[in-house]
Amino acid sequence: MAMTGVLRPGFIQVRVLDMPAAVEHYTRRVGLHQVTEGADGRVYLKSAEEFDHHSIILRRAEQAGVDFIAFKVAADSDLDSFEKRVKDYGYAVDHVAAGEQPGVGRRIGFTIASGHRIELFAQAELSDPKPPIHNPDIWNLEPHGMAARRFDHALFYGPEIEKVLDFFTTVLDFKCAERVDMPDGLLAIWLTAGMKAHDIAFVKHPEPGKLHHLSFDLENWQAVGHAADIITRYDISIDIGPTRHGITRGQTIYFFDPSGNRNEVFAGGYTYYPDLPTRTWDETQIGKGIFYYERQLNPAFLSVVT
Amino acid sequence: MAGEKFTITLEGHGLASGFPHERVLVALERAQGFGQLKDLPLKLPVGCRRGGCGVCRVRVTQGDFHADPMSRAHVSAEEEASGLVLACCIYPRSALSMRLETPVVIKEKCRKAAQLSEEETSWP
Repeated sequence: MAMTGVLRPGFIQVRVLDMPAAVEHYTRRVGLHQVTEGADGRVYLKSAEEFDHHSIILRRAEQAGVDFIAFKVAADSDLDSFEKRVKDYGYAVDHVAAGEQPGVGRRIGFTIASGHRIELFAQAELSDPKPPIHNPDIWNLEPHGMAARRFDHALFYGPEIEKVLDFFTTVLDFKCAERVDMPDGLLAIWLTAGMKAHDIAFVKHPEPGKLHHLSFDLENWQAVGHAADIITRYDISIDIGPTRHGITRGQTIYFFDPSGNRNEVFAGGYTYYPDLPTRTWDETQIGKGIFYYERQLNPAFLSVVT
Repeated sequence: MAGEKFTITLEGHGLASGFPHERVLVALERAQGFGQLKDLPLKLPVGCRRGGCGVCRVRVTQGDFHADPMSRAHVSAEEEASGLVLACCIYPRSALSMRLETPVVIKEKCRKAAQLSEEETSWP
């Protein structure tokens, strides 16, 4: 097997101000399904295209934003080897017992230089709805809303992204697919654990631990257009799009959930192989890198986060 | 839009027309689009429009409104009670008067974020 260690993003825990509004947004509009609600009020969601128990956790809170992102690793023993590597790097590691979230095995967690909590887990139960695997139809349950196929990646904002880059590449074996270098230093990095153009990305920002967006994969450009129709029909707060990123080449829309957390739905993007070089952007073309058609950043890109 | 119409005064800049079931920020954006808001220091600050990012903060100086939940990272309960609110989270119940109080200085946001309860944003 070529892919070892960290496989992909597994789930993300997002803070919301109004739980019923958030559940309606992510299920009926984005197109996810509610798997269950925990005794502590957290709500667990997934796409019908995902096998594992859940990919989005909503937590009611007084402040919007993100609690953590968890990546799935290939084997339980990877949790022990990564714990040693993270500790050897100098970061504290804590343990979350199996069952703290329904259907998920033990996790390890640590906080990186940008102020974000990262977790790793190896085991998740399957939950319904999930894709059929014997003589499989394209879907058993007809897609609805924006027809999100999976929680794909997140973009975080925080300080010290040079250290974040070093940590992800040397400790977690990620590759840097693209980066933006400004005259005053590294501005942004797109990191991948597998063959997608990105599994997580970071932009330099003075406040630690911020969420720029969580992103859902759609089937194609036509689906992105349909998502735009839904955004207007249901008066969802739009940020920008439909447009395209030069970086990763994804066709995209940015919009906001009812608590102001930015969402993305996107399609496409190139395939990354671990032997490929890092693609780089500089200050002269950064606008085209972020928004390929507008060729300039919108005012919200660098300033509006939760 | 159906329903009663209220005048919303953005002090020093102009007037907008607001409606009971419409976010005040949306009324201000529409007024800006029609050129009714003069001498804005910048374009009207608009971010997530849903209470999370804090960039559309205003101080209501007159009038009644009701409010959706807004992120305590940007407006404390005490501040909200005193009329400091996010324009995207309030709906008029009468004519309103307000002034922009946008958190332009990021350092100020950092200071406030550090003061907020660790409990709320740290997990687990």
